[in-house]
Amino acid sequence: MSDNEYKKPLPALEGLTREFYGFCKDGELRFQRCNGCRAWRHVPREMCPECGSMDWGWEPSSGRGKLFTWTVAARPLHAAFADETPYAPAVVELDEGVRLVTEIVDCRPDNLEIDTPVEVVFEEVTPGITLPKFRRSGH
Amino acid sequence: MANEACIVGIGQTPFCRGEGSGVTELALQLQACTAALDDAGLKARQVDGIMPFPNLGSAEGFAANLGCPNLRFAATINMGGAAPVASLQTAGAAVKAGAADYVLVPAGWNGYSGRRVAQTLNEQVSSIPGGAIARDFYFPYGLTSPAQWYALMARRHMHEFGTTPEQLGAIALAMRKHAQLNPNAVMHGKEMTLEAYLAAPMVTDPYRLFDCCIETDGAAAMIVTTVERARDLPGKAVRILGVASGQPYPADEITNRKDIFMTGLTIAAPQAFKKAGLKPADVDFAQIYDCFTFEVLQQIEESGFCERGEGGAFVEGGRIELGGDLPVNTHGGLLSEAHVLGMGHIVEAVRQLRGECGTRQVADAEVGVVTGWGDFGDGSIAILGRA
Repeated sequence: MSDNEYKKPLPALEGLTREFYGFCKDGELRFQRCNGCRAWRHVPREMCPECGSMDWGWEPSSGRGKLFTWTVAARPLHAAFADETPYAPAVVELDEGVRLVTEIVDCRPDNLEIDTPVEVVFEEVTPGITLPKFRRSGH
Repeated sequence: MANEACIVGIGQTPFCRGEGSGVTELALQLQACTAALDDAGLKARQVDGIMPFPNLGSAEGFAANLGCPNLRFAATINMGGAAPVASLQTAGAAVKAGAADYVLVPAGWNGYSGRRVAQTLNEQVSSIPGGAIARDFYFPYGLTSPAQWYALMARRHMHEFGTTPEQLGAIALAMRKHAQLNPNAVMHGKEMTLEAYLAAPMVTDPYRLFDCCIETDGAAAMIVTTVERARDLPGKAVRILGVASGQPYPADEITNRKDIFMTGLTIAAPQAFKKAGLKPADVDFAQIYDCFTFEVLQQIEESGFCERGEGGAFVEGGRIELGGDLPVNTHGGLLSEAHVLGMGHIVEAVRQLRGECGTRQVADAEVGVVTGWGDFGDGSIAILGRA
């Protein structure tokens, strides 16, 4: 799929966001982890709000978690998703404790259940951008 | 007491959909400003403070059109729909500190005929705090609109506390019922049953069509001054007994809050009640920012009218309808009157406390609450009192 064909909104690859999606492009889900208090965090921040440290690293996530909540978008509220409805933007809580907005790729929206175990998969949507998505574990 | 702040003027335009207002958003707001000045018995030249809504005009532009040659205080509170009530706090502080004598707070838009309310954030996401986060981490998955963001919280609330669609429906029905007593409401003359509510199409699960605020053209405005100055004006002033605003944490990202139900109101409400020296049980009515039904339930909980998780039961059985323990949105709210960015809630609260609400008047209303909600859950609350 080329950049011309993909019409949905894409992240702006700037600063720490560029680094986050850079790992995704390599098939890795990494989150920031504080080297002071060891707290994980997402979305990317310069400083650890728990302890104030600016010393941190990108550490690999287990890629495993559970479905925290979701909504089924039945009516498109953005033109780029007009042909996608119904689709379900979801929030996954990773085992590390951070939560990520994503999509569950192997489950119809009306079958989603909170706390379902899920694991990360990667979808290259353009040559430059790979989005982390999730599938049900063990399916 | 003499140095206390109060609301001395309110104004609004008609609300419409269909072909729309036919005028610019600035002209629409100027009409509401003029109505508020007339209501207060003030001349435009006496206004020396203006607080426009975010992205809906500049104080300079309002002053130049209205004829306010003495403008010396201008500010905008960047809290989306929480801005008008939060502006009460800033405007009140300004008049008490002598930074201005009369502060005009307008709000209004062509929310139907112009940029549709539902679409606004698509174009303006970069203008809200957290906009870049939404762009980079929400939009790629089609999580693009406030209805969807807040639906995530509603779904989780249903999971944790057993909140039901019928309970959300009770909120939509109460607002619709109240609109039948308000000839200015867009949904006046359009009654709704629970069956019709449940049968309406989903917008973003669990929000059905009538869980969502209506899109309208319209404007409203208010004027704030001190109680001392209000004594020289002809109308009945409404006292600002306590007002506070607050932010959820983190305010710029909605999914990684340790407490997913924490909103700005969670910290603002106790402050406002403390300042007023009152408690939720002392309140005669509440005008609660009702962008979507669940946000009413959530704000009822976070304001302390009931415990968290009890909101579903609280809204049942007519408790939030006129005649109930806590009438909510006696004008019909954003769900059934019009979406005037929360200013309509302040206008209605003032009218109730002046005793001007006719068939929808809350008997002997002495204390009323008005809340605002914006962006990713910013909150504001004012406790207003009869003069």
